[in-house]
Amino acid sequence: MLKVAVVRFPGSNCDEDALRAAEAVGCEAFYVWHRETSLKGADVALLPGGFSYGDYLRSGAIARFSPVMQAVSEHARAGGAVVGVCNGFQILCEAHLLPGALMRNAGLSFVSKPVDLVVERTDTVFTSAFTKGARVRVPVAHGEGRFVADPATLAMLEGEGRVVVRYAPAGAGVEANPNGSVNDIAGIANEAGNVVGLMPHPERCMDERLGSAEGRPFFESIAAIAAGARK
Amino acid sequence: MTYRVHVRVMPRGGLLDPQGQAVEHALSALGFEGANEVRVGKAIELSVAAGSRDEAEARARQMCDRLLANPVTEDYLVQVEED
Repeated sequence: MLKVAVVRFPGSNCDEDALRAAEAVGCEAFYVWHRETSLKGADVALLPGGFSYGDYLRSGAIARFSPVMQAVSEHARAGGAVVGVCNGFQILCEAHLLPGALMRNAGLSFVSKPVDLVVERTDTVFTSAFTKGARVRVPVAHGEGRFVADPATLAMLEGEGRVVVRYAPAGAGVEANPNGSVNDIAGIANEAGNVVGLMPHPERCMDERLGSAEGRPFFESIAAIAAGARK
Repeated sequence: MTYRVHVRVMPRGGLLDPQGQAVEHALSALGFEGANEVRVGKAIELSVAAGSRDEAEARARQMCDRLLANPVTEDYLVQVEED
């Protein structure tokens, strides 16, 4: 059974949702405290949302130096799956496991609402269960989700197809991207596709009884790693 | 020797600074005419034990590069004075 480590930092608050989401798709999921120095044999490191270290200094800036991040980095470098959602994405950027940074939303407000996404890359550990171009509605909940990168990095991300999910273009019934992210970027991957970060929260829409199960394919992608389904 | 280090971290020029914009609007609403191009950053102060002012500055710059500033989005300025 695929093992998923949900990495808990002081201030994580989507950790239980993430754990249950992983369990819901048949994974064995357990918490790893940020003071730990190993991922305890996990196949996947999942960095959940929240406000690690109170977002002091910058979101993710202090969490990235937690002891467990050394193990997360080594896991990523060895080709292991690492997924960051919201604050987890911010931590992965601060840790330089993903390029760019996440800044204060352009509108200044904390945004908490469902948004429409387009899945652009489907050969990553978090999106293999989608078909390319799939539309999915998933909630965001963040104050600092405006993705920025210098022009050279942005050109590289676009040129290499490393934008995994993008906020859908504004149109009938669809609002413009919620935070001012450059190129409507909602999530990106590293070069190999084994490290993925995104601002939206698929773990919050895993069950029709709670309103939506549109987030399930993200976690089904993780579960599929066991079967070697990653393309 | 102990040196007092003042670090100023600012959002990089050219990047949208919504906090600066909001403060600018608020100043305008309060009747402060002609307050433009407001940008909001952070000031960090610390004491550093070092053998010389240059060493203190070099250590402070290392701290900025690793933690205090994000090289993707921020620029920093370091000032050192004898404590």
